[in-house]
Amino acid sequence: MSLCSVRRLSVGYGDFKVLFDIDLDIDEGQAMAMIGANGAGKTTLLRAITGLLKAPDDSIKFAGRPIAGTPPHAIVALGVAMVPEGRCLFPSLSVEENLLVGAHAKRRGPWTLQRVYDLFPALLQRRRAPVELLSGGQQQMVAIGRALMSNPRLLLCDEVSLGLAPIVIKSIYCAFPAILAEGTTILVVEQDIGRAIAMADTVTCLQEGKVTLAGPPKQFSRADITAAYFGR
Amino acid sequence: MSLFAVVDPVMQGLLLGGMYALFAIGLSLSFGIMRMVNIAHGDIIVLAAYVTLVVVETLAVNPFVAMIVVVPSLAAFGYVLQRVLLNPVLGDDILPPLLVTFGLSVIIQNLLLAVFSADPMGIHADAVQTASIGLGGGLAVGVLPLIIFASAVAVVAGLELLFAFTGLGRAFRATSDNQTVAQLMGIDNRHLYAVATALALAISAIAGSFLALRTTFVPTLGPSKLLVAFEAIIVGGMGSLWGTLAGAMLLGVAQSIGFRYNSGSGILAGHFVFLAILLVRPQGLFARARRS
Repeated sequence: MSLCSVRRLSVGYGDFKVLFDIDLDIDEGQAMAMIGANGAGKTTLLRAITGLLKAPDDSIKFAGRPIAGTPPHAIVALGVAMVPEGRCLFPSLSVEENLLVGAHAKRRGPWTLQRVYDLFPALLQRRRAPVELLSGGQQQMVAIGRALMSNPRLLLCDEVSLGLAPIVIKSIYCAFPAILAEGTTILVVEQDIGRAIAMADTVTCLQEGKVTLAGPPKQFSRADITAAYFGR
Repeated sequence: MSLFAVVDPVMQGLLLGGMYALFAIGLSLSFGIMRMVNIAHGDIIVLAAYVTLVVVETLAVNPFVAMIVVVPSLAAFGYVLQRVLLNPVLGDDILPPLLVTFGLSVIIQNLLLAVFSADPMGIHADAVQTASIGLGGGLAVGVLPLIIFASAVAVVAGLELLFAFTGLGRAFRATSDNQTVAQLMGIDNRHLYAVATALALAISAIAGSFLALRTTFVPTLGPSKLLVAFEAIIVGGMGSLWGTLAGAMLLGVAQSIGFRYNSGSGILAGHFVFLAILLVRPQGLFARARRS
C-alpha cells in the first residue's frame, strides 16, 4: 500500500521551476532509494513532502490524507521525519538534547533514547558532549537518531553519506535494516548508485526535475540507470 | 575620602543594576530566540507601569498583589502581539520587525499620553518604598531596591533553569540555532515565538511594576529604558543572561558614582562605561561564543 503518494507535483522557487509533474509512490514498509545528479531536484522533493516548500493542493498525500499546505511541524506529527542534508544538528545542544528535541512531537512508538543508543552504541558515552566534538559519522548517527525519536512512519534521509569515509558510511547503512524491521518506511537520497541499489526495494531516478526511472532495481541494467541518471 | 563615600554609591549602584537587568532581560530573550529587536520594549515596560497604577487604584490593592494581575495580562498581550502583528513580519530580513515595533512604540506612547496626560505619575501606597535596613557606619540599603535586585537574580536563575532542563527550553535553544530544522523536529515556531514574547513581556511587566514603585513616570520614558536595556545586554555580552545582570550592575555602579560627583552626569557616566566596553571588548564581558 502506498504510504506517501505524489501526483503531478510541480514546484520551484519563485519563477524558477525545479520539479515538473512528478509522480511517486512510496510503499509502506519498504526502502526506496532516490538517485540523481546534483540539481536534479531530490532535496526540493523532500522539502515539498516535509512542508518546507509550499506544494499545490492534492499533489501530496500521506497515509491517504492530503498534506500539501500543512505546516512542517504538523507533518512531523503525522509521522514524517527528516534527516536533513549536512546533518543540521543544533550546536548549542548536547547529543542527548538533540535526540530529545526530535521527540518534540510526542508520537508514541518503538523509538526511545534507549533504543537509539542500542542502535548507535557510540553515542551513549558521548551523550553529554556538545555535538560539535563528535566525528562526522557520529554526528550523522545523532541526526538519524533525532529523526527516529519522533517515531516516524516515513523516514526521509537526505545524502546521509555526504562527506563521510566509506567505512563510516557502511556503519550508518547497517542501521537501516533495524529501522525497517520496526515497520518504518525509508526514503534515502543517495548519490552513490551502487550503494543505493544494494539497500533499496525500489529505486527512483530524478533528472532535471523529472522521474526518469522507477521500479525494483533488478528490473534495470547498469546502462538503463546510467542513462536515467545522466541523460543522453 | 571616607569609606562611606566609596562603599555607598557602589552598593546603591549594584542594586540599581537589578532594576536595569529586569529592563534588559525581555529584550535579550526576543533577540536570542527570534533574532528580533523590539524597539517598543521600553514603552511596554512603561505601559506595564501604568497598568500597575490602574490596578492599584481601581482594585485598591498593594502593588505586589497587583503584579498577580499585571504580569499575566502583559504575558497574554505578548502572545497575541507576536501571533497577530510580529510573526507575519519575521523573516530573513531584520528590517520589517524593526519598523513594526518602532510603530508600536509610537502608538503606545501616544495612547498613554491620551489616556494619562504628560503629567508625571507614581504610586504612593506602600511603606516598602521608604523602608531601609541600616548596616552601621551610616550605610543603609532600601528594602525596595533589595527586593528588585533579588527579583532580578530570581528571574535570571529561573530562566537559566528553564533553558537547561525543560523541553520548552530545549525548543527555544534549538529554534535559536536553526529555526527551519527546528520545524522539521515538530516544533511549531509561530507558537514558540509567541510563548517567547509572552515570557519577555511577563518579565517586562515585573520591571514595569517595580519602576512604578521606585519612581514617578511619564508616557515618553520608554526609549530611555530601551537604551539602558541595550547597554546592559551589550556590556554583559549577547547570549548570556548572567552577563546581562553583570552588565546592568556595572552600568548601575557607573551611574551611581557619576551622580555622586555631579548630579547631572550620572547617566553620562553610564554611557561612558558602555562606550569603553565597546572599545575594549566589543563582544561584551561574558559573551557566550555563538557557534553557527
